Amino acid sequence: METLKFDLDAKPLREVNQFLHGDASTLDGKSVVIENPNGAHNIAVGLKSDVHVTIKGHAGYYAAGMNQLAKVTIEGSAGSGVAENMMSGVVHVKGFASNAAAATANGGLLIIDGDAGLRTAIALKGADVVVGGSVGSFSAFMAQAGNFVILGDAGEGLGDSIYEAKIFVRGKVKSLGADCEEKTTSPEDRKILADLLAKSGHKDVNPDSFKQYGSARTLYHFHVDNAGAY
Amino acid sequence: MSDDKSKETVHKTPQTTPRYSATFDEYTNSEIRRAAATGIYDIRGAGSKRKLPHFDDLLFLGASVSRYPLEGYREKCGTDVVLGTRHAKKPIHLKTPVTIAGMSFGSLSGPAKESLGRGATAAGTSTTTGDGGMTPEERGHSTTLVYQYLPSRYGMNPDDLRKADAIELVVGQGAKPGGGGMLLGQKITKRVAKMRCLPEGIDQRSSCRHPDWTGPDDLEIKIAEIREITDWEKPIYVKIGATRPYFDVALAVKAGADVVVLDGMQGGTAATQEVFIEHVGLPILSAIRPAVKALQDLGVYRNGKDSVQLIVSGGIRNGADVAKAIALGADAVAIGTAALIALGDNDPHLEDEYKKLGTTAGAYDDWHEGKDPAGITTQDPELMKRLDPIKAGHRLANYIAVMTMEAQVVARACGKSHLHNLEPEDLVALTIEASAMAQVPLAGTSWIPGVTKF
Repeated sequence: METLKFDLDAKPLREVNQFLHGDASTLDGKSVVIENPNGAHNIAVGLKSDVHVTIKGHAGYYAAGMNQLAKVTIEGSAGSGVAENMMSGVVHVKGFASNAAAATANGGLLIIDGDAGLRTAIALKGADVVVGGSVGSFSAFMAQAGNFVILGDAGEGLGDSIYEAKIFVRGKVKSLGADCEEKTTSPEDRKILADLLAKSGHKDVNPDSFKQYGSARTLYHFHVDNAGAY
Repeated sequence: MSDDKSKETVHKTPQTTPRYSATFDEYTNSEIRRAAATGIYDIRGAGSKRKLPHFDDLLFLGASVSRYPLEGYREKCGTDVVLGTRHAKKPIHLKTPVTIAGMSFGSLSGPAKESLGRGATAAGTSTTTGDGGMTPEERGHSTTLVYQYLPSRYGMNPDDLRKADAIELVVGQGAKPGGGGMLLGQKITKRVAKMRCLPEGIDQRSSCRHPDWTGPDDLEIKIAEIREITDWEKPIYVKIGATRPYFDVALAVKAGADVVVLDGMQGGTAATQEVFIEHVGLPILSAIRPAVKALQDLGVYRNGKDSVQLIVSGGIRNGADVAKAIALGADAVAIGTAALIALGDNDPHLEDEYKKLGTTAGAYDDWHEGKDPAGITTQDPELMKRLDPIKAGHRLANYIAVMTMEAQVVARACGKSHLHNLEPEDLVALTIEASAMAQVPLAGTSWIPGVTKF
């Protein structure tokens, strides 16, 4: 496989991103390495082909934002909004991730090996998110669809005002948000969980060690009896 | 006291006429009864309905001896506007400064969105998507389409972002600055639910804050992300509800906005709490001058390629409003409610049907219920058939043409060869309030409260 290298110390980010937005016919299957990222924001955003990008270090905000098809690996930590609004593909953060990782992501898979910050998977719209460590407070706020796996603990207000997304937590949950409740894991959901663990490098983790959370669906309609919940 | 005697007394004492309280007026009392019966706040569409200081409180001076006018039908008065000159490779060129404001598919029917696209395209102006994403009907019928990037990100898709001609990052809107949207279950049909990735028939809440940025420093990075994704081609607008216009505009400019859209409290919404619509935000008249001051202080006001353009909205109804907004410093205006009326919303010919809904033509604002007899604010397949997008689009194009010509009439009378040459010095105010808010003198005086001494 052909590998191209870009050094962000030498080449402006705009040119690197424009190259990565090129025709799928020229980029599909190619490997691209980005050196000296030094926490730059908006690295490898808006990709739309099956290109493999490796970021050799830490990335700033919105790394791999709105990703489609591409596989992006961040060999360090990622700033806020990594893989925000991802549509498809795989984004893998080998370090930690800051706030709002996978915000509104519609599809694809975000793997974070370390911990993730506040509001992880906020307003998730269908993507899969697997966090090897713990997540901060208000994660999965208003999450609409998709699967969110947390191998560590979750902070306060997990799944507040959640819609139809599914949350699996192996550790402790500090508190659940409004309208989020524990669910019984069906065989179908157990399979979803087992598959995600296998895909994200945790195939030895037992799916039965997780608790599942989802919407109690009591806030789906405005009603006077719910006033205290908001 | 005998009965006969008391009756006599009543007849002899003159009665006062029944007197309604100005505080507890008829509407207030009906609202108390409604709240007491239901236990939930009132939700409605449209913008503020109260009487506010507005463009009607301003007048143009016109030319006479000290300056001369332009000949009405012979001398040129330009109306074109270019938006997004600062950073974008492909700025927007419009023939008229009257643009169509963001309104969602979901709150509006498919035929209504198509009508807006057809009308705007015929008039040489832009139309704008809304919460819930871009529909093929809308993209197909709009030559210049602005794609809204909203806190909810319902239907947000990078392919649509790349299909747009400009991107409007929505921080807030005039009807509800600081509030998120809502779309009630009646309008969350299968198609709307699918586009928004929600269960059908639920009462949808849209978030009031963006999920992945907070504050102006983050906003700068977010704008940079969208620029990177779209390869710096498209103008990026930032839309704000009028609250602290000087600071908000300054921060938007600093964050990298190419265009600022400033929406006053008269601007409509698909559905929000009545208390929000009527009690939060500023009338547009009071917001334009501070916004322009921010652009001037940052050196981006009418400064060639480096300019940041200002679009104002909220209660724009006719060419006089357009000319006044521009004279106060706007580069363009946006219409929402007025555009819906041009399509046929609240039309008197549907009076019988409005009566059945407990309202009357001109007052109908329960847009969230999805029962609009005009087929505009509905997802009911039968009702939406009533709107012919070709005819409605034609009406909208006519209306925009009239507004543009009216603005030219006023501009020529003031001796201006382009609408953008109108200036605050062409205006006076009829009331002290309008004078203070618009910072133009009270008619017949040189007094501007807060600026000059009486």
